[in-house]
Amino acid sequence: MSINNQLNRPDLALIADWIKPGSHVLDLGCGDGALLANLQKQKNVTGYGLEINDDYIAKCIRSGVNVIHVNLNEGLSDFDKNAFDYVILSMTLQAMRRPDLLLEEMLRVGTEGIVTFPNFGHWNARMQLTFKGRMPVTRCLPEQWYDTPNIHLCTIRDFEDLCKKMGFKILQRQAVDQVHRTSLGLRLFPNLLGKIVLYRFRRV
Amino acid sequence: MPDKIPSDSVGLVTPQTHHFDQPLNLVSGAVIQEYDLAYETYGKLNHAKSNAILICHALSSNHHVAGYNTPDDKKPGWWENFIGPGKPIDTNKFYVVGSNNLGGCFGSTGPSSINPASGKPFGPDFPIVTVKDWVQSQARLSDVLGIKQWAAVIGGSLGGMQVLQWSIDYPDRLRHAITIAAAAKLTAQNIGFNEVARQAIVTDTDFHKGRFYDHNTEPSRGLRIARMLGHITYLSDDSMREKFGRQLRDERIDFGYEVEFEIESYLRYQADSFVGKFDANTYLLMTKALDYFDPASDYDNDLTKAVSHAKADFLVVSFTSDWRFAPSRAREIVKALHDNDLNVSYAEIKATHGHDAFLMKIPHYMEIFGAYMERVASEL
Repeated sequence: MSINNQLNRPDLALIADWIKPGSHVLDLGCGDGALLANLQKQKNVTGYGLEINDDYIAKCIRSGVNVIHVNLNEGLSDFDKNAFDYVILSMTLQAMRRPDLLLEEMLRVGTEGIVTFPNFGHWNARMQLTFKGRMPVTRCLPEQWYDTPNIHLCTIRDFEDLCKKMGFKILQRQAVDQVHRTSLGLRLFPNLLGKIVLYRFRRV
Repeated sequence: MPDKIPSDSVGLVTPQTHHFDQPLNLVSGAVIQEYDLAYETYGKLNHAKSNAILICHALSSNHHVAGYNTPDDKKPGWWENFIGPGKPIDTNKFYVVGSNNLGGCFGSTGPSSINPASGKPFGPDFPIVTVKDWVQSQARLSDVLGIKQWAAVIGGSLGGMQVLQWSIDYPDRLRHAITIAAAAKLTAQNIGFNEVARQAIVTDTDFHKGRFYDHNTEPSRGLRIARMLGHITYLSDDSMREKFGRQLRDERIDFGYEVEFEIESYLRYQADSFVGKFDANTYLLMTKALDYFDPASDYDNDLTKAVSHAKADFLVVSFTSDWRFAPSRAREIVKALHDNDLNVSYAEIKATHGHDAFLMKIPHYMEIFGAYMERVASEL
């Protein structure tokens, strides 16, 4: 049985597939701890989840995950250099005040970074802006422009430009549709057809 | 006691005392030849003796953690909100031990106890004990109770410091450590508050260099001021504003020095209810134990090194409005623990109550504490 079956969020299942057994992992914005709980059980992974929401903290504790109350906007200064094999940031990058600084921090405390975010270059977002002349509202980005926590949206191209500028090497990329499947079309036109994109990267 | 004991209370409990006749060597170099420790227990120790929980108390509290000692008691033990059947520290699952710290004034040997050598109270002859000494004495109590390893050692404030010391000194004797509203050492500001409290006591003319018992008096004026100061620091500016604001007792200003504002009335009430119940020498001793606590000082002032041999899993809790033991202090503990790859969870609870929040029934706090204790129980 694949471990993917046990994770409700398919992007987490894809991340789990990328993690080597026995690794030490830091999960930024870990939510209810589902990913770490799964990795602990299936891959003997150790580590911590960082979370700011009290309800999620109780849930993490219940599922046996080490969770630390942290505001990610304040950085990761409590963590030492190269303390983790992987630092994961799933569906949170776009809500950070300074995504670039957090990415920098991720590769300070970890060897590899794993990031997932909603791709703003998806055709549906482009259509809404082009033809309706309004900020896109999609299933991945359901909020209105004025109440959205997603303040730093980017496209696949934008992200890859930033990685280049910051001296990061992309090791793996996967663009997926809303049910997190990939296809030939997605491989050929990720920035147009990918709703969510996953990256694994490290310093050059 | 209420007319009917609530079903989630441990009910009537009888304090116990154990006499230790083996000398206890203290950090200061002094030796306590023999001593008593007062304690209470709730719930049942299981056959494997694996379900025991030790509660370490704060500055002015004691071993009466939950339930009622007599049917006439108006108030239950100081952590009744958290201990009892179905509560976060569930006495249906755990055997809970609360012990009064050495140097205390509620049954354990302390400055107000009779010195066998002189037949008079020890007073200033009672040596200053430290957090490390307390933990050593508690380990001896564990031996007496037949507990090789605690399922968890738990404490708030000064109690949380004892928990940290337990994890350093006896790494194999506890599986979980829960420190609440605690710090790995006091700040200068904190030591400053303690010094004002001590000065209030020692400069009281009734202090008699600590031998006030021989004069049938006590430095009640100093102790009152110390307690009032303490209470101000245990609350937050917000909680005081919420609770008292600038409310007047008689709805008008009298242009005098009697009680006018509600906050004055509250502080005087707290002071009055402390005097006669708490020993001034114990207050001095407890504040010194707080000031001296700094486990990192034995490890090149590196807390990460200090906890490098700890094995327990940790839960660390702090409260946003606690300025006496602020969240940033708790985070220092958390950092030292995860630097060593130890299992640690940390919750910073939103609360307006200040340092006193650790005694309060705050929903998120209860939930997180309860969730962690379920984890402890699931391993039994």
